[in-house]
Amino acid sequence: MSDALIRLDDVHVRFANQAVLEGAQLQVHRGEIVTLIGPNGAGKTTLVRAVLGLLKPDSGKVWRKPRLRVGYMPQKLHVDPTLPLSVLRFLRLVPGVDRPRVLAALQEVGAEHVIDSPLQSVSGGEMQRVLLARALLREPELLVLDEPVQGVDVAGQAELYRLIGRLRERYGCGVLMVSHDLHLVMSATDQVVCLNRHVCCSGHPEQVSTDPAFIELFGQDARSLAVYHHQHDHSHDLHGSVVSGKAHVHGPNCKH
Amino acid sequence: MPDFLLNALLAGLALALVAGPLGSFVVWRRMAYFGDTLSHSALLGVALGLLLEVNLTLAVITCCVLLAVLLVTLQQRQPLASDTLLGILAHSSLSLGLVSLSFMQEVRIDLMAYLFGDLLAVSPTDLVWIIGGSAVVLLALIPLWRPLLAVTVHEELAKVEGLPVAAIRLTLMLLIAVVIAVAMKIVGVLLITSLLIIPAAAAQRHARTPEQMALGASLIGLLAVCMGLALSWYEDTPAGPSIVISAAALFLLSFAWRRRA
Repeated sequence: MSDALIRLDDVHVRFANQAVLEGAQLQVHRGEIVTLIGPNGAGKTTLVRAVLGLLKPDSGKVWRKPRLRVGYMPQKLHVDPTLPLSVLRFLRLVPGVDRPRVLAALQEVGAEHVIDSPLQSVSGGEMQRVLLARALLREPELLVLDEPVQGVDVAGQAELYRLIGRLRERYGCGVLMVSHDLHLVMSATDQVVCLNRHVCCSGHPEQVSTDPAFIELFGQDARSLAVYHHQHDHSHDLHGSVVSGKAHVHGPNCKH
Repeated sequence: MPDFLLNALLAGLALALVAGPLGSFVVWRRMAYFGDTLSHSALLGVALGLLLEVNLTLAVITCCVLLAVLLVTLQQRQPLASDTLLGILAHSSLSLGLVSLSFMQEVRIDLMAYLFGDLLAVSPTDLVWIIGGSAVVLLALIPLWRPLLAVTVHEELAKVEGLPVAAIRLTLMLLIAVVIAVAMKIVGVLLITSLLIIPAAAAQRHARTPEQMALGASLIGLLAVCMGLALSWYEDTPAGPSIVISAAALFLLSFAWRRRA
């Protein structure tokens, strides 16, 4: 397709002789939201790092649109407490950005009130918004978000996903998101890629949630996905069976 | 003012000026022990310089850079933690330097001067090297300032945004190596890191921007040099250590002021 932003084909990555990705493939097009889901250790972050060019796969092809502008929102930002840096200065580390543009970007993500606060003093949810503003200041064609709702409460999570959807509409950029949780993501995405070292299944959310590979990977949780939100408390081995010794703990809305 | 005192003052002030901004990066990036390791290897540089009969300042810079490269290589190749590696490299390179120097019986060197500095013996040639080296580092820091800050805040974000992160990191190491070579004459290899980190740490409590901290560190450094030299002049104390305790006193004093909200 002509409007592809990135295309990964048959990507293999090994760390310390352990396969992390085995023949993963992925495409993101303009204006499309693609969500990577999968259990812990499925290689989601590794795949994102390959997309960003932070890591060279052992084999396979990574194609990026020439001169692709990427806005990246990292999982976490740890700034040494001795570095006196305001949110404004942090965002002005992007070349050619002045205060009005910073303010506009912060308003876009609803965090304009922290503009003059020290970076280390903003809360988890505000930090995610500030990081999103930094990605937007790059005027990205592709937004890459590694667990964008980490450390944000449930109401805030839904709002952040809505915000990401609005930004896609507004800028027409492609979005690649990582999530290790299924809830909320399904309604916020065009394409779900279910990863467990390789791509188990992918497609539109409704399609994927009935895919046998998806149900195998996520087990019970998959079936009533849209009805209630849930937390994972177990993991899977390569074949999709549950390996955690801990039994499933039923949540308040858990009906099985 | 006698010439030797004027030389000492100018040399100390030049170093304090550049140590402010560079030392701030050492503090922000938690490179204090790294700086210490490089400065310990400076003595090995002196020994090699004497052996090969090349300019000692260049020999020290080369030795520091090689050690930095060796360190980065080792960090990637084996599982020992960075501080363990730094400890191994710091003390083995210092010892190697001391042992090498002991083999050169024909060369008479004042070991104490290299270990703790001999500021009052700075010659006009030394002064040219010190001021020249400091000026080069300061000028290099101007265009590097924003990229260095970006890399310090988040390396991967900086890389995705197109900055040449590896080259920037290497340049920072090179600048630290130059400052170490220049500072060796002033405070000696064992005390160099203190001039980088103590003024920056003292300025940290009262700074609201990175630039305020860098500038504040330079000012505190300048003051420490003046105080140290005065102490040395009137009380006949060793100049290098006098500067370091002056800086430490200013650091303690920085707690006396209430921190700005």
